[in-house]
Amino acid sequence: MPLFGPEATLFAVLAPFVAAIFAPAVTRHLKHNAAWVLAIVPAVVFLHFAGLAGLVAQGAVFAPSTDWAPSYGLTLSFYIDGLSSLFALLISGIGTFIVLYSGGYLKGHPHQGRFFSFIFMFMGSMLGLVTADNLITLFVFWELTSITSFLLIGFDHLRMASRRAALQALVVTGGGGLALLAGFLLIMGLTGEANMSAVLASGDLLRESGAYPVVFLLVLGGAFTKSAQFPFHFWLPNAMEAPTPVSAYLHSATMVKAGVYLLMRVQPVLGDTELWTFVLPLFGGTTLIVGTLLAVRQTDLKLMLAYTTVASLGLLVMLTGTSIDKAIEGAALYLFAHSLFKGALFMVAGTIDHEAGTRDITRLGGLRKAMPITFAAACLAGLSMSGLPPFIGFIAKEYLYEGIWGEGGASALLTATAVVGNALMLVIAAAVALRPFTGVKVETPKHAHEGPILLIAGPVVLSILGLLFALTAHWTGETLIGPTVGSILGEAHALNLHLMPTHIGAPLFLSLITIALGVALYLRLDALRHAMFRLLQAIGWGPDKGFDQAIAGIVSLSTGVTRIVQGGRLQVYLVLTFAVTALALLVPPALTGSWPQVPSVPDFRFYEWTVLAIAAAGLVAVLTARTRLTAIVSLGIQGFAVALIFMLFGAPDLSFTQFMVETLSVVILALVMTRLNLAPRDHRRVVHRVFDGAIAIAIGFGFGALLMQITELPFDSKLSDFFAEYSRAIAHGRNIVNVIIVDFRGFDTLGEISVVMVTGLAVLALIRVRPRRQREDVAPATEQPVKPAIKHKEAAS
Amino acid sequence: MRTVIFRTIAPYLAALMVLFSIFVLLRGHNEPGGGFIGGLIAASAFAIYGIACGVAAVRRAISFHPMTISGFGLFLATVSGLPSLFVSQPFMTSQWLYIHAFGVEVPLSTPMFFDIGVYFVVVGAIGSIALGLEERESD
Repeated sequence: MPLFGPEATLFAVLAPFVAAIFAPAVTRHLKHNAAWVLAIVPAVVFLHFAGLAGLVAQGAVFAPSTDWAPSYGLTLSFYIDGLSSLFALLISGIGTFIVLYSGGYLKGHPHQGRFFSFIFMFMGSMLGLVTADNLITLFVFWELTSITSFLLIGFDHLRMASRRAALQALVVTGGGGLALLAGFLLIMGLTGEANMSAVLASGDLLRESGAYPVVFLLVLGGAFTKSAQFPFHFWLPNAMEAPTPVSAYLHSATMVKAGVYLLMRVQPVLGDTELWTFVLPLFGGTTLIVGTLLAVRQTDLKLMLAYTTVASLGLLVMLTGTSIDKAIEGAALYLFAHSLFKGALFMVAGTIDHEAGTRDITRLGGLRKAMPITFAAACLAGLSMSGLPPFIGFIAKEYLYEGIWGEGGASALLTATAVVGNALMLVIAAAVALRPFTGVKVETPKHAHEGPILLIAGPVVLSILGLLFALTAHWTGETLIGPTVGSILGEAHALNLHLMPTHIGAPLFLSLITIALGVALYLRLDALRHAMFRLLQAIGWGPDKGFDQAIAGIVSLSTGVTRIVQGGRLQVYLVLTFAVTALALLVPPALTGSWPQVPSVPDFRFYEWTVLAIAAAGLVAVLTARTRLTAIVSLGIQGFAVALIFMLFGAPDLSFTQFMVETLSVVILALVMTRLNLAPRDHRRVVHRVFDGAIAIAIGFGFGALLMQITELPFDSKLSDFFAEYSRAIAHGRNIVNVIIVDFRGFDTLGEISVVMVTGLAVLALIRVRPRRQREDVAPATEQPVKPAIKHKEAAS
Repeated sequence: MRTVIFRTIAPYLAALMVLFSIFVLLRGHNEPGGGFIGGLIAASAFAIYGIACGVAAVRRAISFHPMTISGFGLFLATVSGLPSLFVSQPFMTSQWLYIHAFGVEVPLSTPMFFDIGVYFVVVGAIGSIALGLEERESD
């Protein structure tokens, strides 16, 4: 496989995983400066995808593929078009700066190497997610991002809040992932294709299928949980427990956009239906408004940004849900712009936290002199987020307004939602970019000063890029955004991007309204925050609380079920097992009336009758035995009689084994008996005896009937003939039974002896367990024959 | 149960049973017998020896922990499936080797080693259960 060109994509995806292996060792030697070395990996990956992006812009689509598990039809195939190439560039590009930033942010942290390792694992998973062609591969990478996100959120695992947030994120996104898997399997079933590229070529097949609503809901289940759409948004703000590089990378720039990526990816085959254009804008719009309102209520810089991320994801889902060309252009632009400015702002927030010791805006102010470069980066990124010219955020907003304005239907509502959402976004942007830096200098926990180069490189570069991409709007549109829009729409799309609006129309006026509204609200931010605070207190309940209640509910449900099903009394288990088996044997013939015919009395010889009589005598001996030990030994009589019958009817191997099993079970049962200090006699009440006897008779009768029914069928001697013919010829053995065990079906035997050994281990472990209160529960008078086992179980527990 | 007669005869009886179990194991391919049944016979030999002379004596006699013997059996059974891989045949395809020694032809085969593995697994697992129960009885 070549090291360059599209085929090298496999290496590009695997490279971060390799880096994850070496990161701890590198960090051990170079300390935080390891970041400089490690950042080379994502930078090279970035160059790889940048090289492809140039070709993708000219309309090329790559689908390099490697066999993975050919016998299951699984291939490691990649699909690189405009959408995945944009995502891959964002992941590797921003990833480069995140690695640098982590070097500065976690400087001196004892587990910095582990952190790098997790970040790289995530990077590889995310790259795999956006480039995977095979649906199952995509799903695997999807879940891998959930798992790595779990590891990163819970990185500070000594804190309870981190652990809870990590678990919550895993449960929500992992649960959604399962829905997605079901959706993918349905898609594979309906289209008969396993590759996304082939599914995308299936046209209207999925939309016209009857199962469309199910597929739609399942895919949505995956996308909405991953992209934190209302009402699943609660895990994302909680995920801010992670170190800031993680928040900047996973929970704003890349991973949370995986859901949006998925929706955009399937838009050509699932989009543009009534359901799609109703559900997506509805939830997206709700998320946008809820997210921004909740953001206003916060004072923690990271939480403010987190809620606006939720809002931005809502906006993206809303735009994707319109399935309108222009709105999709806006979505692609906004996605790109958001990754740049939000990544930068998160890193700014982290730098402030790192240098000033707090990220509460009420305790910050006047940092502009101490941290001028951070302030500049914050302003550039904030302006882009506010949607002011000449930044990429402005272009995005212009295009999305143009997309949803005047399209009829719910257009007015969508536009109003977007305007309010964007205005509130401006409020937050201004609050984050201005509050900590302007005004009177406030005493901070740490003496604030400018961050080191590792910390400020990321925010500076990303925020400047937000400006540069806008200034070269035409090029940006042609090479990056145009192909992306083409992939989302499913057809080639030429995008002519302009920084300045080409005409004075609705979008411009909507922008002006947004800015005016935003500035007005910003001036009253504190009042707004208090109002929101009171409102939320009045509501009192949120999905976050709901999550806890749901988890508590599941736990108490499983406790309840366990208490009923696993009562811990072996007697109950045995009675249930035997009763259910008896019912399973007796009910079907009773319902269908398919009882076996009563066989005629066979023409036995006298010694055969004798053996049968011995068996019957053994049973009588069991029932009339005075002590339990006698009963156990008497049971052996019946067993030996059966072994004799096997012998008489030509099954020496079986009979041989039966003799030994009978002997050993009598020995072991007797040992268990004496070991457990039971009363030597059985003192059951008559009612119990009758009840247990009835179950015993029912099950015996059921098995007898079943066997008779089987023997009524004509005997198919195909297998016997095969073994008889070949056991000598192929396996060089005359004993067919043994040849079957060790040769023909040797693999089965291997499994069986493994079971034998594991059983032995388990029994040994049970025997070794010492009772907690020895001798305390000596057998009471009303004991029952299954009691030895109960005693045993109780001793074990 | 520990009568003088039983205690005197048990070691000889156990030795005979182990010998017989090996005989049953090896004849299994052509006559009634095999690893399972052989293993059961040997396990009952250990059980009898344990009842008569105490578990400590049995443990001394067999040197290894019965579970170790069982694990070795499983290992042997698995490994006996491997040679076929070297001649590009599926796992556990039987391989035969005929050796002429002292004028007698001795057939060796992978199923035989597999059967020996089965024997050890059964001896070990059942034996350790029996010995475990007997041991508890005496403490």
